[in-house]
Amino acid sequence: MYGRGLRTLSIATVAVMAIALGLVFFYAPLEAEQGFLQKIFYVHVPLAIVSLCGFVAGGLMAIQHLRTRDPRWDMRSYVTIHMSLIFAVATLITGSIWAKGSWGHWWVWSEPTLVSFLIVFLLYATYQPLRFAIEDPELQSRYASVFAIVAGAFVPLNFLAVRLSTEYLHPRVLGSSSNLPAKMQLTFLVSLLGIALLYLTLCKYELTAKHTRAQLRALRRTLVGEGDPSYRRSRSAVPSL
Amino acid sequence: MIELDGLVRRYGEREALSDVSLSVASGQTLVVFGPNGAGKTTLLRVLSTLLRAHAGSVSVLGKSLPEEAWAIRGRVGLLGHDPLLYRELTARENLRFHARLHDLSAERVEERLAAVALTDRAEEPLKTLSRGMVARVAVARATLHDPELLLLDEPWANLDPAARELIEPLIGASATRTRVISSHDPSGGLSEADLVLGLRAGRPALLRDAERVDPSEIAELYR
Amino acid sequence: MRRTVAALLRKELLVELRTLESVPGMSLFAVTTFVVFHFALNQNSVSGDEAAGILWVTLLFAAMLGINRLFVADQDQGGFDAFLLAPVDRSAMLLAKALALLAYLLVLELVAVPAFALLLLGPSLGQALPDLLVVLLLADFGVAVIGTLVAALAVRTRARDLLGALLALPLLVPIVIGAARASSPLLSAGHAGSAGGRWLLLLGLYDLVFGLIAYAVFDFLLED
Repeated sequence: MYGRGLRTLSIATVAVMAIALGLVFFYAPLEAEQGFLQKIFYVHVPLAIVSLCGFVAGGLMAIQHLRTRDPRWDMRSYVTIHMSLIFAVATLITGSIWAKGSWGHWWVWSEPTLVSFLIVFLLYATYQPLRFAIEDPELQSRYASVFAIVAGAFVPLNFLAVRLSTEYLHPRVLGSSSNLPAKMQLTFLVSLLGIALLYLTLCKYELTAKHTRAQLRALRRTLVGEGDPSYRRSRSAVPSL
Repeated sequence: MIELDGLVRRYGEREALSDVSLSVASGQTLVVFGPNGAGKTTLLRVLSTLLRAHAGSVSVLGKSLPEEAWAIRGRVGLLGHDPLLYRELTARENLRFHARLHDLSAERVEERLAAVALTDRAEEPLKTLSRGMVARVAVARATLHDPELLLLDEPWANLDPAARELIEPLIGASATRTRVISSHDPSGGLSEADLVLGLRAGRPALLRDAERVDPSEIAELYR
Repeated sequence: MRRTVAALLRKELLVELRTLESVPGMSLFAVTTFVVFHFALNQNSVSGDEAAGILWVTLLFAAMLGINRLFVADQDQGGFDAFLLAPVDRSAMLLAKALALLAYLLVLELVAVPAFALLLLGPSLGQALPDLLVVLLLADFGVAVIGTLVAALAVRTRARDLLGALLALPLLVPIVIGAARASSPLLSAGHAGSAGGRWLLLLGLYDLVFGLIAYAVFDFLLED
């Protein structure tokens, strides 16, 4: 049930990413100032956008969880946030590489997006430890949802605050994509699509895997009964379905 | 008064309460027996509105839980293992705090302090009182608002016989009071009961009118 | 509702007065930290951005001490159960706790700000004081709301102090940004200007948004 469409999605993802790569390397023109390094922008910015949308989506799913108390929403929220965190790390790494290439330092405080990401990453890095630290599964799910909502609301406000504080230091390098020439715009959009699809596919894989495992445990419980030691789950940060 | 039908309460993937159905009339006393971990405390907490059922229907004082939980708060009293009192505050301060939460007068507090014979120790912080005295204050707290439904989790555990006699009018059987008591004492518990529920691993192993239950059947639950 | 908040707040302050667990510790921590800063920076006086930074970092970490303690007494002793069983509006607890934390922060600042002016601050504070009070108040409100939320989240976990700090600090960054940027001109020689309006706006916006969110989600933290 969860696995439906997984193959189509995977194929689509691979296809779009291949096209994107082709565009990045062969179609998009070299940027005057930064040369080849600028191409990392086609990876870094989509990663950032997808990751941020993921965090906010995780918060929205958490709202649904609190409203309906359906554990599946909690599972979706968990996977979304989990995946966004991984993409956020990738954002930070690619951003750092770009910073090193452009300014010679592995980290710059003058790039508000990067700085905001660091703060958001530090916040969401506590999500899993928070979950793991609460043993009662229902309490864990509920508290995690509250966290996801608070953190999701925090993301835009944080960006605003950091942008305000770094405004007068450096002209913003990332700029708005509407200033880009057409070829670059196209490449960027295809890249964005590719990374978004990658995100969705990975999330779907994880959801399917977890759901299957939960079904397996339920089956085992029915067959073997309450006395089965293997079904006595040890503490886990992963929501139970 | 209490109607349970197929009540299920899970803890993760385990069922803490499984398919519990029973009916308690107003003024009756239900005593719940079972080994530790059988679900006695969970049942009491579901009835108190602190926990919600995952499946099945729960009706307390004529209201369906959890939707109408707000309607019965203030009419239910819970006395658990935890006295739910602040050790740094005095008995009087603790009870006054609860009185304010339930919109009750200071006179009621004095009345209850007298009823549990602690008026002379009411100005000392609870941490200086013995465990038995704290238990008496806890009884005062749980019954301060004259609840129609009393939920008692092993209430006589920390009390000596004199104290038991003292609190009898507050938590004893009465026509205006329905009680659900969890107990480990087969003979003592049985004498209080109109209805008996035996739980084992969350499942009802025994559900019968008290007069038709033999103490040995209760001992069976612990086997 | 008001009656419930009053009852809760009264209990809160009574317990704090009896135990003196939070406020003296917070205040002492702040003063000690100023001394540490003197040695760490090897400077006799600071002003402007530096001063704002030291002041706000110290206030923040001192606040963490109070935040970590906020729900401990309830969790370990009084229990949330009694409150949950009472026929009252549950948001009253959020309000009462946030107000209590706000009170602790104000007392903290009553000690810390003069201490800071005495020990480390170069320029005199006199003229800038009213503006600084506004900044303090706006920032305190935000810290109180976020602090209460985080304290409630962390209290039922196993590593409550650690998680409390890890959760709170990122969430408080925008407040630090607003408060420090706003205080910096106030702590500069010659009173270089008033607190920038945009920073006060940022603080106000943050307070409002998180106040509303806290109100919306708090109930879910109290249930069992």
